[in-house]
Amino acid sequence: MVVNASQDDPEKARRFREAALPYLDDAYTLARYLLRDAADAEDAVQECYLRAYKHFDSYRGPAMKPWLFAILRNVCRAEYARRKTAPTAVEELPEGGEQTPLWNEAPETPEKQLLRRFDGDTVRKLVAALAEPFRETFVLREIQNLSYREIADVAAVPVGTVMSRLARARAMLRSAWLAEQEQVK
Amino acid sequence: MTCEEAEVLVHALIDGELDAGHAREVEAHIEGCAHCAALMKEYQEIRQAIAESDVRYKAPLELRRKIEKALPQPQTQAQAAPSRRSVLRGFAMGSAVSAMAATGLVAIVLRSDDEQRIENEVVSAHLRSLQAGHLIDVVSTDQHTVKPWFNGKLDVSPPVIDLTAQGFTLIGGRLDYVNAREIGAVVYKRRQHVINLFVAQTANTERKSAKISTLQGFNIRRWSDRGLNYWAVSDLGADELTEFGDKFESAMRANKEG
Ligand SMILES: [Zn+2]
Repeated sequence: MVVNASQDDPEKARRFREAALPYLDDAYTLARYLLRDAADAEDAVQECYLRAYKHFDSYRGPAMKPWLFAILRNVCRAEYARRKTAPTAVEELPEGGEQTPLWNEAPETPEKQLLRRFDGDTVRKLVAALAEPFRETFVLREIQNLSYREIADVAAVPVGTVMSRLARARAMLRSAWLAEQEQVK
Repeated sequence: MTCEEAEVLVHALIDGELDAGHAREVEAHIEGCAHCAALMKEYQEIRQAIAESDVRYKAPLELRRKIEKALPQPQTQAQAAPSRRSVLRGFAMGSAVSAMAATGLVAIVLRSDDEQRIENEVVSAHLRSLQAGHLIDVVSTDQHTVKPWFNGKLDVSPPVIDLTAQGFTLIGGRLDYVNAREIGAVVYKRRQHVINLFVAQTANTERKSAKISTLQGFNIRRWSDRGLNYWAVSDLGADELTEFGDKFESAMRANKEG
């Protein structure tokens, strides 16, 4: 991976480093959750930063983090597509998953007890188990702290969709949380 | 408002994304509906639990290195002779000056705007390190464990000194990235305050006495000695950070004499 000569501008590179590199851990975290594979996440983030650098001249905002995430998401989409055609597809998007009504996760009557706290690994596992595209929305909101508007821009969907996905994501996570709690009891 | 509507809107309420009118409607529903109220409480608890647990990942250093490599390098690095690595491998305290003098390396002298930029980077690195799980690559209070850990990972291993007796506990070491280069960070603690001591090699062997500056609410004590640049960064007060630097420097002198 080498940036071609016309891109070889130390001043541009300096500005890019300052603007984009502080989000490397954020980008990697998002890629890990989207792709659920360390090596693929690494490749995706590398590709993302190269694309971002190429387009950095035309960058006028929004904030750097959502801008990078939008690029990263496209890279990850390409990876999904590749996996789908690969003989052993790792992950399939659930067909019409979004149309499944909310009550499928049946928020049963909340328990009176406090929710149990889990260690980081368990929480990561629960989040990673969420189905796309709910996982994406959830991670952008809860782990990356993006606003609904920013999430809508990154995922290229209306804000209303962000809201319904987030509601589904949290309902699913809550069910998984309670199930995990039951199991370790 | 029905429960079904509330179950969606309650999330926007939690996230502070609802306008005042809708927020009041959802709140009114929740006041009169035990089911939705309890649900909201659980969502808030889960949210809190996630915010407080270590759910983030740290980008591997190799990834950072690959990206850095693909970008045009800053001027300062372009001047550094490629032979640095081989020449300085096995660098030991005290031999730095002679090694550098012998190779006749071009002095990498930081311009003052560079200095400011690097202080910014150092503070960013400090901030990154404070995120859960990012502080330490090698966890040890033993300098004889931390020091060898750096060997082979960096051209020049930073000096690792136990300052526990002086009130600064060594808690480990880490590789970090500053000024487009990998550098070592030695991590200390005083009470609940973390001190990151960043150490980078420089071809300029001139001794520079300490300067204290403040950036984004953090204090930085910067000095240079025997071919190494040091930046101690912490939210400790300037007086205590100065004390840290003084203790470190006198321990280094004692090491050299002893
Ligand atoms: Zn209700």
